[in-house]
Amino acid sequence: MGQITLQGVQKSFGPVHIIKGADLEIADGSFVVFVGPSGCGKTTLLRLIAGLEDVTGGAILIDGRNVVDVPPAKRGLSMVFQSYALYPHMSVRGNIAFGLKMAGVAKDEINRKVEAAAATLNLTPYLERKPRELSGGQRQRVAIGRAIVREPKAFLFDEPLSNLDAALRVQMRLEVTRLQKQLGTTAIYVTHDQVEAMTMADKIVVLNGGKIEQYGSPLELYEKPNNLFVAGFIGSPKMNFVTGELAKQRGATTIGVRPEHLKVERDGQGGWHGTVSVAEHLGSDTFLYVDAGPLGMLTARYVGELDLHPGDKVSLIPDPARIHRFDDSGKSIHA
Amino acid sequence: MARMVTTRNKVISTAAAWLVGFLIFFPILWMVLASFKTELEAFAIPPSFLFFHWTTENYVTVQERSDYLHHALNSIVIAGGSTLIAMLIAIPAAWSMAFSPTKRTKDILLWMLSTKMMPPVGVLVPIYLIYRNFGLLDTRSGLIFILCLGNLPIVIWMLFTYFKEIPKDILEAARMDGATIGRELIYVLTPMAVPGLASTLLLNLILAWNEAFWTLNLSTLEAAPLTVFIASYSSPEGLFWAKLSAASTLAIAPILVLGWFSQRQLVRGLTFGAVK
Repeated sequence: MGQITLQGVQKSFGPVHIIKGADLEIADGSFVVFVGPSGCGKTTLLRLIAGLEDVTGGAILIDGRNVVDVPPAKRGLSMVFQSYALYPHMSVRGNIAFGLKMAGVAKDEINRKVEAAAATLNLTPYLERKPRELSGGQRQRVAIGRAIVREPKAFLFDEPLSNLDAALRVQMRLEVTRLQKQLGTTAIYVTHDQVEAMTMADKIVVLNGGKIEQYGSPLELYEKPNNLFVAGFIGSPKMNFVTGELAKQRGATTIGVRPEHLKVERDGQGGWHGTVSVAEHLGSDTFLYVDAGPLGMLTARYVGELDLHPGDKVSLIPDPARIHRFDDSGKSIHA
Repeated sequence: MARMVTTRNKVISTAAAWLVGFLIFFPILWMVLASFKTELEAFAIPPSFLFFHWTTENYVTVQERSDYLHHALNSIVIAGGSTLIAMLIAIPAAWSMAFSPTKRTKDILLWMLSTKMMPPVGVLVPIYLIYRNFGLLDTRSGLIFILCLGNLPIVIWMLFTYFKEIPKDILEAARMDGATIGRELIYVLTPMAVPGLASTLLLNLILAWNEAFWTLNLSTLEAAPLTVFIASYSSPEGLFWAKLSAASTLAIAPILVLGWFSQRQLVRGLTFGAVK
């Protein structure tokens, strides 16, 4: 079991409030991603759950038991660090076995479990090596091995893939997701990469300035963002925001349209007119950065190749069903 | 573009390195050579470099006149004792400053270092009086105490910079893995800190071994280490170069041998953190 509940969790360092009251319900077996810009408090929140920081206020419940006064090791969680944090003087076997050794597990059982974990992670040939003799991806796998071998109630991942190169990151992303589904263990994963968040999560927590902006499934966040921040943060390229007369006509202060919901027409009638200032041709997609005069710069995404170049006049027609409306305070207006 | 290293440059830099190395080593070499000369040859001008009458009579005289082993034992006890005590105090101090620093940690470190800025002679009289009144003059414990205090700032600084290099994440990983503080110390921190501890220990041993100001001023015979033994050969009735050299050679021999065998450790210790 690994059900985690946060009730009004707060954290301040001196006069600085890092977490301003977080309430969250994480279901057993789910994969939850904390995402947000740097300094939003996502790592702090994870460390509070881990017990590496003490809460200033509120309660953290693991399977219904308040653990705010319980030391990290007794919370039954395991953590994968951004820097891997492997013990440099121990072999891969020693690293993976350390937690079990500390728990006083019998030797043969340790060996059996370590070997099983190593097999799952394709680490068997490296068991006797030292961390410095491994590549980045292998080190990452050892860090994960160390986490899974203890059969914790939940895994905590602190930006574990950010030190890997792009190709390896995608591969490890798949492996982590697959492993989590296979083990069925609750996972909390911190990242600033919204693609990681969208692809890995069952549910995403968007954090900003120490507050939870929205908690929901990836598609919920994409389709029904609560506010301007979430709308701008989720989705790539970023959502276009338009203020002024056009927004007022729709009864909003700001309206937002995602680049993929703008239909591009060459010298067409209607819609928003502008001039292409940059065109990025990826083959599979075309990204257009359009100078739309009083509306500002707009981004449009076209699936496939579109033969447009800087200086070309285009009109952009928003999909009326996909226009997001926001009020004065930046909150979404749902019709 | 990568810099071209020509054979000529290599020869020049190798020669330069040898020259500098020789210049630094020369005084020690000269001392050893002088210890095998007669008193007359020792201050002859021009000096003879290798072609003189080699003799070991100075060593015999030195051993006869003053008890080398007695002083050597004092040196070992004083240098070893002060180093061990300094380490015992410094390890927890550096530990706490490296792993749970407060707002004042930097100030405390600087204050510790500042105590080394004052010339020791500035407090000689008060210390001497205190030692006299407490009966610590010419005692090993008295010397251990003062050398320990004198070297403590350097020991703490060295260990602090060492511990600082140990990533905090690894300690947190150990905590997540269920290690208590004691087990964290035994299984994770100490193995990682061993090179740092070793080089600090060595350097402090050398510093304490060579310390001359306090040992000369606070001891006469009973507790006198090798520094006093050497100094006794520069006497009012004249300098005996050859005997002084023989005494000095005997005094530095143990620490030279120790340094020779641990030079890798020492260099690593002193340059630690400079290059990642």
